[in-house]
Amino acid sequence: MTQSVSARKGSGDWLREALPKIVLSPSLALVLIFVYGFIFFTFYLSFTDSRLLPSFGWVGAENYDKLFSLRAWDIAVNNLLVFGGLYILICCALGLGLAILLDQKIRSEGFIRTIYLYPMALSFIVTGTAWKWFLDPGIGLEAVVQSWGFTSFEFDWIKNRDMAIYTIVIAAVWQTSGFVMAMFLAGLRGIDNEVLKAAQIDGASNWALYRRIVIPQLRPAFMSAFVVLAHMAIKSYDLVIALTNGGPGRATELPATFMYSYTFTRNQMGIGAASATIMLMTIAAIIVPYLWSELREKK
Amino acid sequence: MGFLDIKNATKSYGSLQVLHETNIAVEEGEFLVLVGPSGCGKSTLLNMIAGLEEVTSGEIAIRGNRMNEVRPAERNIAMVFQSYALYPNMNVAQNIAFGLEMHGVPKPKREEAVRDVAELLQITKLLDRKPGQLSGGQRQRVAMGRALVRDPDVFLFDEPLSNLDAKLRVDMRTEIKKLHQKLGTTIVYVTHDQIEALTLSTRIAVMFGGYVQQLGTPKEIYDDPANMFVAGFMGSPSMNLFPAKIAVANGVPQAEFTLVDGKTGALPLPNPAMAEHDGRSVILGIRPEAITDLDGADRNSKAIHQVEARVEVTEPAGSDTFVVSEFGSKEITGRFRADVVVKPGDIFPFAINMDKAVLFDPETENRIR
Amino acid sequence: MAGGASDTVVRTGRVSRFVIYTVLIVFCIYYLLPLYVMVVNSLKPLDEIRGGGMLSLPQTWTLAPWGSAWSTAQIGIEATGLRPYFMNSILMVVPAVAISTILGALNGYVLTKWRFRGDTIIFGLMLFGCFIPFQMVLIPMARMLGLMGLAGTVPGLIFVHLVYGIGFSTLYFRNYYAQFPTELVRAAMIDGAGFFKIFQRIMLPSSGPIAVVCIIWQFTNIWNDFLFGASFADFDSQPMTVALNNLVSSSTGVKEYNVHFAGAIMAALPTLLVYIVAGRFFVRGLMAGSVKG
Repeated sequence: MTQSVSARKGSGDWLREALPKIVLSPSLALVLIFVYGFIFFTFYLSFTDSRLLPSFGWVGAENYDKLFSLRAWDIAVNNLLVFGGLYILICCALGLGLAILLDQKIRSEGFIRTIYLYPMALSFIVTGTAWKWFLDPGIGLEAVVQSWGFTSFEFDWIKNRDMAIYTIVIAAVWQTSGFVMAMFLAGLRGIDNEVLKAAQIDGASNWALYRRIVIPQLRPAFMSAFVVLAHMAIKSYDLVIALTNGGPGRATELPATFMYSYTFTRNQMGIGAASATIMLMTIAAIIVPYLWSELREKK
Repeated sequence: MGFLDIKNATKSYGSLQVLHETNIAVEEGEFLVLVGPSGCGKSTLLNMIAGLEEVTSGEIAIRGNRMNEVRPAERNIAMVFQSYALYPNMNVAQNIAFGLEMHGVPKPKREEAVRDVAELLQITKLLDRKPGQLSGGQRQRVAMGRALVRDPDVFLFDEPLSNLDAKLRVDMRTEIKKLHQKLGTTIVYVTHDQIEALTLSTRIAVMFGGYVQQLGTPKEIYDDPANMFVAGFMGSPSMNLFPAKIAVANGVPQAEFTLVDGKTGALPLPNPAMAEHDGRSVILGIRPEAITDLDGADRNSKAIHQVEARVEVTEPAGSDTFVVSEFGSKEITGRFRADVVVKPGDIFPFAINMDKAVLFDPETENRIR
Repeated sequence: MAGGASDTVVRTGRVSRFVIYTVLIVFCIYYLLPLYVMVVNSLKPLDEIRGGGMLSLPQTWTLAPWGSAWSTAQIGIEATGLRPYFMNSILMVVPAVAISTILGALNGYVLTKWRFRGDTIIFGLMLFGCFIPFQMVLIPMARMLGLMGLAGTVPGLIFVHLVYGIGFSTLYFRNYYAQFPTELVRAAMIDGAGFFKIFQRIMLPSSGPIAVVCIIWQFTNIWNDFLFGASFADFDSQPMTVALNNLVSSSTGVKEYNVHFAGAIMAALPTLLVYIVAGRFFVRGLMAGSVKG
């Protein structure tokens, strides 16, 4: 039911007519100023010579030129591609796999689901702390396995420049994959059982059933999962700070940490603003089409 | 000037006009039914009377007072909704009293009014229940109680019976009619069910495509439809409409049409004025109950004529048997007595009461009188 | 995901069921392992951890790390423990959640029951605001809080979370109220109720479930926030997450892993508790943020 009650003019009663809009307007004003006004402000700063403080000397695209020639930014973007790609891929694979397994009339399904999902309730700082020490070669997994007698066992990814980014993937997947599982499970529950029965009568094996009938119908769930995961990946900041603080060296620098350090500790606000603008545009390219289609459907 | 006046009222959404100029004057105590298929504009018109939709142009007036700018709450109307719209968080008594409460009626008076209405509708036992605990019929009564308690000038009903099962719908129909006869209130009632329209109303407005196609008493609408839409929409099974040609034989105008075996059937038209349309193509409309077996024909009619035609299908319906044949390449249905012996393939004499026949122009679809 | 009754037509044999259960249990261990590590190591002395015993149960049980994390551990420059920061978080979360939920409810009500031209665009603008990278607003927000005299204060953080929480709370209530029959609102109008009366008497009494979802979501999000806390708080207005990170990543002195774990559990406890008590609503909130309707 989408039709609504149209406002009625009380005999010259302007207030009554405008009341809904008046109620909505503080929120709208906040959003317009603090989201869109600020986006514009930062966008503008990215074309200025701002360093420690905002300043309004126009420098054109210089900050972008500098940004793209910075090795640190290059590393951050590459790290994001590796991290984001693996994060989305593994979360989806794991989430779908677990959802399908949980959909087989599992005893105490609710209990298992609760366990799979609880990491989502935690702060990334907590997750980062837990994994930081668990992956620490001195006291964590490596030390434990060595103490069991496997003295040659090595697991020092978190201290290893080439492998540290994968520890971010491990912790992030741990935190989010249960949620992706829940999304796919909801998708699976939404599939009409009669279609599955028909396919079985047609002689489809379980494997064919999932590959040919079920998974293609999960397209909306894949879409949502992709959008949610992609935007989380791009915004990832807390986890990196807590787990590796961008290190060792710059091995786990991501655009979000890059922006923060250039803006607030290296006093390169113009470049920081430029990097934030790039982040926003990337997210907008993913989110806007998604929101567009969702809101249009609703009409 | 009527009690409720709809004067040149129109409704547009942007460039889309959903209600074209409409004029209806409803007298006090009248039961007006707006009937038509979905999208015909009937609910829009009702919502305009209620004040839930703005009037694009024209005027709605109650007791001679212009209502266009008056808020729904101050029009002294009450409305019964299709979904009943009972407030789920309030019990029955609170639901009924809510409107009075909003209008500042003091509590003792509210309670008294609720008691009276509950007694009238026999829902006294339900007053403490929540809507979720009521059956469909009970909810319907509560919704009516909520309307009645306000003692409004006009009652508006928006398809109030369409969520009930078939039997309950018939019962509630009777009850609404009784209530109207007892209280003598003015009612505007929207439905898509033409039987409801015919049984309940004192007058009917048949609507289609944003126009009022015909406004009249049930008898006028049924016997004397203004156009093919009204003829086809009102009545069940619907009126047989088939192409024919007017020809004058021996000074008597008659309608000629092809029968299923290629022969030509001819039916004299009782109105001699039709002779002036000699040679004109028309659509002939005859209601199923005017096409019968010989013994079932109306003895009071002086215009019973016979056509021999082949029976295609028979549909025994208990009280009657519907017999299907083909006139003018259109399927037609006759209503025969239940015990008549007839089977598909028979060549059978159909008795047709031409007093009840109507003619339409095939182009404009309007009546030829 | 209402949970409960799974009704699948796929049949599985004995062997494959054994495999399925094994895999599911292995993943239970995977998801529980970090929690287990945090809990057991917060209850043992430091030298047991250093000796490679991170996965074993404590030989000597002790609550000392908890006491230390709560009231004596060095956070930044002061040895206050996490207690004052826990309080900061509470003081920040409660008003921010309450106000954003109320505004969300009113917005949702207007956007579904009092629609006007352009309302979908306004909703779209609000919704997009939920997804922007907040790096984009850090610089101007820092200045704005300064101008408003709220820089480095808890009220400043409340304001920030309120502003960026409106989008989601509006989303929840809008989607919920869209399912709410409009005929009820019309009936109430004819009965003489006005804008606020309808909201208060008709809409609010039926809003319990979505209010719970919204409150849980906002609570979790704001409690768990780090970026705003790290950017806009002073030492004495820091929320729990920032303080925890300071505790864990401080480079001076001996690394007290057991204290870190105890602190991490303290930071996790409120949201974890909410999840355990109202997991159903928590999941519904998560899902509404992604697959809408």
